[in-house]
Amino acid sequence: MRRNGLRVWALHLALLAVLASAQFWLSPYLATNLARIMVLAVFAMGYNLAFGYTGLLSLGHALLLAAGMYAAGLPALLWGWSAGPAFIAGLAGGGLVAAVLGLLALRTAGVSFMIVTLMFAQAGFLTLLYFAPVTRGNDGFAVAAASRSFLGFDLSTDTPRFLAAFAIFATGLLVSLALMRSPFGRTMIAMRENEERSRMLGYNPFTVKLAALTLSGLYAGAAGAAYALLFGYVGASFATIQYSILPMLYVLMGGAGTTLGPFLGALLMFALVEAATGLTTAHQFIIGAALVALVLFAPKGILGTVRERWAKWLP
Amino acid sequence: MAFGPFLLLALMEGLVTAAVLALAAAGLSLVFGVMRVVNVAHGEFYMLGAVLAWAVTGMIPGPAALTFLAALIIAPVLVAALAAVADGLILKRLNYDPEATIVATIGLLYILQQAALSLYGPNANPVPAPFEWRIQLPWFGYSGYKLFVVLAALAVLLALWTFLSRTRAGLIMRATQVDRMTAQAFGINVDRVYMGTFALGAGLAALAGVLVVPIQQAQYLMGHDPLLLSFIVVIIGGLGSLRGTLVAAVVIGLSDGVISMFFSPTLAKILATLLVAMVLVLRPQGLFGARA
Repeated sequence: MRRNGLRVWALHLALLAVLASAQFWLSPYLATNLARIMVLAVFAMGYNLAFGYTGLLSLGHALLLAAGMYAAGLPALLWGWSAGPAFIAGLAGGGLVAAVLGLLALRTAGVSFMIVTLMFAQAGFLTLLYFAPVTRGNDGFAVAAASRSFLGFDLSTDTPRFLAAFAIFATGLLVSLALMRSPFGRTMIAMRENEERSRMLGYNPFTVKLAALTLSGLYAGAAGAAYALLFGYVGASFATIQYSILPMLYVLMGGAGTTLGPFLGALLMFALVEAATGLTTAHQFIIGAALVALVLFAPKGILGTVRERWAKWLP
Repeated sequence: MAFGPFLLLALMEGLVTAAVLALAAAGLSLVFGVMRVVNVAHGEFYMLGAVLAWAVTGMIPGPAALTFLAALIIAPVLVAALAAVADGLILKRLNYDPEATIVATIGLLYILQQAALSLYGPNANPVPAPFEWRIQLPWFGYSGYKLFVVLAALAVLLALWTFLSRTRAGLIMRATQVDRMTAQAFGINVDRVYMGTFALGAGLAALAGVLVVPIQQAQYLMGHDPLLLSFIVVIIGGLGSLRGTLVAAVVIGLSDGVISMFFSPTLAKILATLLVAMVLVLRPQGLFGARA
């Protein structure tokens, strides 16, 4: 266990070191893409906490992403908040909406849970459209340059943006790793594996799942806020069902219930779409085919398969 | 226009929505009831029905009524065949696991939508109604075709109900719904029942799509709203209950018509989605569901 711990931390820190250095050897275009991938990976890591570890298959995470995005973007737009407070507002927004969603939706399970989360997310998206005079609806709005500065750094320029994305990603990754090595992480997995048995052992499934979903919402909120502040755009399109599907796809591809899976999945899907752009404009086809192929041939995802076959120690 | 006639118009529009919705939702409900599969690609079958109706009416020369009749038969059959293939290639291999099939049908949704976009294009295209006939009410004229849609939907639902309750194939389907294992033990080919059910469900959605296309135009993204509304109807009506589906379709269709006309379509959809979420949370068997 102790040697495993060393190996696991070394692997994660090595990945972070490679990523931190990436801005020096990647072109600005690729570095910006990598920043985007890291922000989306934070979203996917949050999804993984709910789906991969706790077994909550949500189809409504776009609601949580949008909650973070608007909780950060609207104060910036309306009252000129700077990046620091706006980010915290986004984080809180994601967590709060997730907690409320959980209080309602966690009374259901399985397929009902999926549909309830889907419906709440759809209601959230439609609400954004309904209050278009405030939220600017489908057109969205740009976050003003004044709000995109943090401690004097301009987050709309390449290096600060990359570093901010990296910092959020690194925090998210290390927190989820620490969580999975903690007793509470084990309890989350117990809920996924056998809810009845963990209830018998004295755990309250509802509170464990609520805590996991809220945590997942904090990640989604952080990703939404980071997206708004780093890339300067907030729009209702981020609340559409597409953004509930994407983290699921990333997690399924990288490996559900693995700490590095969400990032790997996001990276690969980005690369896949980028590579296919020269050949075809049928992006949706790639997403669809990837989903079907994954459930048919590799339901455990890449790292899930690696863990099963070769590296049992992967967290 | 005075309030009374305005309300009447809203209710008539709502009834048309309800009729189309009842057809699409009946397909979704059937698939869920028999196979326990939540088919997220259901809306795309509806869209394919509409797009194929455009293609068929465009390719076959002749009077509008005749080409439309051809579309009414050809499009659902083609879509049903496609669904049967998808069932054999994907769903069957997943052993109809509820969560895996949802992910797979989400993938199918993207694939079908992209196929429609690539082959058919992003534009919305109209299909002429099979007949131009207006009912002149004292306050406003109303399209006779819309009334035909309501009657046609009723006829199809009646036929479906007869099929399920009076024929041997319907009996086999219901037996599989109640207990898959026992049905199999009695020599029922469950795989074939599932394939047939999935095809029938998709065919019903496609039929709804064909019926709606003279009113609404065919467009590759049109499957989105009917999917959500069908979910809403099926859940409120109680999963797997045909009668509940019909009642819920009328309720949702009429309230959608009234709220859309007097307030806003977006508000109508917000209320419907919240309603369904709350129904699932508080009364998981649906408002009319039989199972406790």
